[in-house]
Amino acid sequence: MATRALLRAIRKRAVSFPAFPGASIHRHGSTLVVAEHEGGVIKPPSLSALAAATCLPDRDSSVSVLVAGSGPSLHQAASHAASCHSSISNVLVAESDKFKNPLAEPWAKLVHLVQQSGGYSHIIAAANSFGKNVMPRAAALLDVSPVTDVTGISDSNTFVRPIYAGNALCTVRYTGANPCILTIRSTSFPVPQNSADSKSNEASISQVDLSTFDEGLDKSRYISQTSQDGERPDLGNARIVITGGRALKSAENFKLIEDLAKKLGAAVGATRAAVDAGFVPNDLQVGQTGKIVAPELYMAFGVSGAIQHLAGMRDSKVIVAVNNDADAPIFQVADYGLVGDLFEVIPELLEKLPEKK
Amino acid sequence: MTMKIMVAIKRVVDYAVKIRVNPDKTGVVTQNVKMSMNPFCEIALEEALRIRESGSASEVVAVTIGPSHSVDTLRTGLAMGADRGIHVDYSASLYPLSVAKILTKLVQIENPGLLILGKQAIDDDCNQTGQMIAGLLNWPQGTFASKVVLDKEKQVATVDREVADGIETVCLNLPAVITTDLRLNQPRYATLPNIMKAKSKPIKKFTPEELNVEIKSDLEIVQVTEPPKRKAGVVVSSVDELIDKLKHEANVI
Repeated sequence: MATRALLRAIRKRAVSFPAFPGASIHRHGSTLVVAEHEGGVIKPPSLSALAAATCLPDRDSSVSVLVAGSGPSLHQAASHAASCHSSISNVLVAESDKFKNPLAEPWAKLVHLVQQSGGYSHIIAAANSFGKNVMPRAAALLDVSPVTDVTGISDSNTFVRPIYAGNALCTVRYTGANPCILTIRSTSFPVPQNSADSKSNEASISQVDLSTFDEGLDKSRYISQTSQDGERPDLGNARIVITGGRALKSAENFKLIEDLAKKLGAAVGATRAAVDAGFVPNDLQVGQTGKIVAPELYMAFGVSGAIQHLAGMRDSKVIVAVNNDADAPIFQVADYGLVGDLFEVIPELLEKLPEKK
Repeated sequence: MTMKIMVAIKRVVDYAVKIRVNPDKTGVVTQNVKMSMNPFCEIALEEALRIRESGSASEVVAVTIGPSHSVDTLRTGLAMGADRGIHVDYSASLYPLSVAKILTKLVQIENPGLLILGKQAIDDDCNQTGQMIAGLLNWPQGTFASKVVLDKEKQVATVDREVADGIETVCLNLPAVITTDLRLNQPRYATLPNIMKAKSKPIKKFTPEELNVEIKSDLEIVQVTEPPKRKAGVVVSSVDELIDKLKHEANVI
């Protein structure tokens, strides 16, 4: 009996803590973070990618940051990157109009070029629409399998990622050649608030030699971007998210959700049904195929709680659900549920909630 | 001038199924579970059919890679309206890099002007294959497409893409790779006559060896586990009670 228990323990241990990770192939090395910037600063999802880079257990490895684009904001972003974190040793600046827009073709080529000269062990970007678009293409150019939407790092080549809309967690080990390419889920790698060493660190800044950069023909062109107004806090980083579903019935009624969000200083989210019905634009969709959020407080109004929606918010700290259907699946994940008519509950909340400071 | 469109489709556990992790933690239970065409692949196929119906393409070829059961999914695609199918028979699990290499070979054989895929499969949630094929072929890519407009004359596709903060429009020279987002279209249902007709449509078979693709994997699955369960919540009876709990118990407002 004892032997069997021991065997079981060993087997269990072997599963959760691989005794012989492929680390021997993967040596030390340095990590490259592919960063996006806007208005002269590194974007929050890229800061999360940096946070993930510093989670890689190989502590003597250095981190380089790649920024690209053109104009003064690029150089501001480069100095921002240089002072972001004490483990950043180098900022690589690729200056060309080719990188002004987030087109996958030149960006993937750039990552390929930088890898050829830098020989990084890991290349990391955020799993947002930029990273998802560029990194797999770069991985194919380098003939390696990328690991996307990573939520946990076990060791330098073992990672956890959700599969089946977050209903299972898959631990994968990368056994291939350098580099190991990752995109990370931003909500799983929070950025330390005003990191103490932010000013003490000044990494070196160097230019990427683009003389051999040959993207080939101009096969894709950037036309335009229609941005939604950014009055509300960004959905991906908000402390509180207020979400409305199909039960709001109209774009007009959806204003109730916006009013409540305004009162709480929260971001507005939506279900696929609400987006498809035209109540709100697509970039507010929370779920498997929309945005993944993990705020401190997630309030869902008129949301049934389909598998695909839960995939986008199940890691929220506190979940509140208001629905008139007591059997709605959302109540199975809610910390606080209120069975009732949202058209009565929201006005009452608006009246009784304290004004945000 | 005629253009061929190739569409890649994948057979996955139906989107409505609540999946279970198997007890030995090697994966998810797929035996006796309802399987369907990946929803994003249905949208990809629908888009190809609409382009053919508009006269901009002459033929739609549906491709799938997987074990023999995948032919059922291919037949579904043929019943929706694809002209013919290609089945690459392979039973073991495949990562997107290998899938991309196989599809790249098929593109070289078939010479389509457009390759349309779903943006991700709802089982592995990778969101990689289309981008990888585009990289291997050195074709431009229009990922997460919510609108596709083809200009046959100029040989370009204008694609609206769903990105983090809105919609981005890009213009791609053909041939190109497009991956579909949910809002691109509403896929049609196969009608009974079309299901019957699909039975006689040709399906070509290949193996990775015949295509000269070596399947090597640089990833291994260590384990598959269930995500942590959330602790049971409480049902409150009034707005006042809710506000009180959020203020004093959860301390979030």
